[in-house]
Amino acid sequence: MNIPGLKPAGGCGGGCSSKEKGADLHRRDFLKSGAAMASVTLAPGVTLMAMGSGVAAAANPDVRWGLLIDAGKCPSDCSACVSACSNEHGWENHGEDTDPQWIRKVTLKDRATGHENSLPVMCQHCENPPCVDVCPTGASFKREDGIVLVDRHTCIGCRYCMMACPFKARSFVHHPVEGQKASTPRGNGTVEGCNMCVHKLDRGDGTTACVEACNATGNNAMIFGDLNDPESDISKALANYPSIELRSDLRLNLGVRYQNI
Amino acid sequence: MKRLIIATLVLFGLTAGVAISGSVYPEIPKATGEAHPEGNEFMRVNHMDLLRHDRDLTMREGVRDTDYSLAECVTCHAVNGPDAKPVTIKSEEHFCRTCHEYVAVKIDCFQCHNSVPEALGEASLMFERPDETLDVLLAYLEGLSK
Repeated sequence: MNIPGLKPAGGCGGGCSSKEKGADLHRRDFLKSGAAMASVTLAPGVTLMAMGSGVAAAANPDVRWGLLIDAGKCPSDCSACVSACSNEHGWENHGEDTDPQWIRKVTLKDRATGHENSLPVMCQHCENPPCVDVCPTGASFKREDGIVLVDRHTCIGCRYCMMACPFKARSFVHHPVEGQKASTPRGNGTVEGCNMCVHKLDRGDGTTACVEACNATGNNAMIFGDLNDPESDISKALANYPSIELRSDLRLNLGVRYQNI
Repeated sequence: MKRLIIATLVLFGLTAGVAISGSVYPEIPKATGEAHPEGNEFMRVNHMDLLRHDRDLTMREGVRDTDYSLAECVTCHAVNGPDAKPVTIKSEEHFCRTCHEYVAVKIDCFQCHNSVPEALGEASLMFERPDETLDVLLAYLEGLSK
């Protein structure tokens, strides 16, 4: 991490210092001890804590899910991650400009040298998401574990979030949809985007469809994991090799980071 | 005399009303699986609140093992069409539509959610069409043979 111009690529994504992280752990420990004390002082057999523990199992606030994508390992002619996402969530393209794109392959060209890079771009799951800031109904929100989602129950289809997103990660559904996957409801008149395969994470798969597909091709260009866990593969890779976040000038602290671009 | 006429009219009105409601009341398709422990009357009145509560839990907090889910509704309450496959919300025979059309309440659920079970489990395959349809067919055949 001695390369000038690059932010430290720690588990916190560069947006928060290790000091802050320590303070956060401290606060968590404090809360935990407080909760334990409360249950002791109340009375044995009082099930006041039961509700909290059940809810925490799904969207865990101690976790921040993230992706590390190595553009050096991503061949320009491979789109396995895109088709895997399409199969997993049931979105498909009709050859129109307005087709949904939860994930897309982007080619970057260095004009000075002509060197080309190919990489997948999807919702970057910002810590400070502009789409959440602008949403007038609260439909665009960030889960406790850092995943940015659209609640279609309250989405009115205004598409403000699509304009606010610096990565063009959100799409609008222009046609009535039938035969949706039970795990991914989606419909006409609402906005959608990468949900980090939240249904898979909630059932404990611990990975996403795109990462599985990438590994199946043997390219192994994507690593998925918990950015807050220093022992996870993604945190170790981030600590050992330089990585960047797209549009780091916006200081959004992204959950998706890239190498070799 | 006046009273008698009114009483007769009221009586006639009541019997006519009963007769009409008897014919218009929706035929609610039977479901597979275990009956709701809360009872059908409770579910008829409260199903939307139960679903709304659980949808927020699942969507916002990621709780997936909720007591009520729309996917379970459409699985147990699937109605098979002539092709032995569960009918979608486009069909008037769909479980949700039978009641919702009767009470004239629009459902938005199936703009995003699938209105048929995703995987054709045993439950939906074993589901039989209402006996009445068979009766109608038999009566029709009988009429042909006469």
